[in-house]
Amino acid sequence: MSEVIVVTSGKGGVGKTTTSANVGTGLAAMGKKVVLIDADIGLRNLDVVMGLENRIVYNLVDVVENKCRIKQALIRDKRHPSLYLMPSAQTKDKTAVTPEQMVKMINQLRESFDYIILDCPAGIEQGFKNAIAGADRALVVTTPEVSAIRDADRIIGLLEANEFKQIDLIINRLRQDMVRRGEMMSSSDVVDILSIPLIGIVPDDENVVIATNQGEPLVGNNTLAGKAYQNICYRVVGKETPFIEFDKGISFWTRVSGIFHKN
Amino acid sequence: MGIKHFFSRKKSREIAKDRLKILLISDRVNCSPEMMEMIKNDIAKVISKYMKIDTQTMEIQISKTGNKGHEGKTPMLYANIPILDIHGK
Repeated sequence: MSEVIVVTSGKGGVGKTTTSANVGTGLAAMGKKVVLIDADIGLRNLDVVMGLENRIVYNLVDVVENKCRIKQALIRDKRHPSLYLMPSAQTKDKTAVTPEQMVKMINQLRESFDYIILDCPAGIEQGFKNAIAGADRALVVTTPEVSAIRDADRIIGLLEANEFKQIDLIINRLRQDMVRRGEMMSSSDVVDILSIPLIGIVPDDENVVIATNQGEPLVGNNTLAGKAYQNICYRVVGKETPFIEFDKGISFWTRVSGIFHKN
Repeated sequence: MGIKHFFSRKKSREIAKDRLKILLISDRVNCSPEMMEMIKNDIAKVISKYMKIDTQTMEIQISKTGNKGHEGKTPMLYANIPILDIHGK
């Protein structure tokens, strides 16, 4: 049975597209048939994060307007034989698609994929409504910052109102050194505030920027973020996976001085 | 930074948590901080009829309870009202 997952956050710039790209790629690497849908119409980005921007012919709007068949719009990722991307339109705006059209397209895709992952646009308007319309579960991405958490709380409320049965939290760009100094909220602080299940913690890692520059998702490689995304994929498919301790590799003296910084 | 300042300074992690707790209360119930202030004043007025309370330090808060009931999360109104003299005015 296929599962439709929407990756959402409310606030922009917290890592929805990076999360979508890495979770989708990771699931495909595990042998699942995956389609990534860029639901951000007018501001498409998932194609560049995936490094597939030069291969777009048709897009999501063409599909819903019946200008092409679904298969013609799907771009196959050459690195993973079971991974496909449905790109968004760059020249249209959010009103070009309705929630009903999205549901219809997703239901067609359910027949041939295990996982359908929707990269939701920022905001709570039409684009958000389109992205959540056909989804079964949600991954809410936030960073440990006041503004992102506030927006995540709003999004969770809206998802609950839309009767989502499974809403999981991803905390992105966590800096353990700052948490230790008492200058950043910890993952448990964020979970306490938002009170939804935690499915992943991604440390702030410069390798994410490097990977985006190269158009190559880093899930599964030896970087901290790559491992964190891999673990999220395991948890998405229901495999229990312990959370990585990011403190590993920090010297004894840093730990000792950390004790004195605790309040 | 003086030594006194060093010990008394509240870390930004705590500040962020405190701010969010208050912010999300009004977001969740769709109730403005002004309205919360009005509720607080009304509660103070009623209680003051019966006992002497500290209206300066009293606090009211709406929060989502952590445990989910069968109807989802229920918002709760908490009031922290220090009593100065329980035997009336």
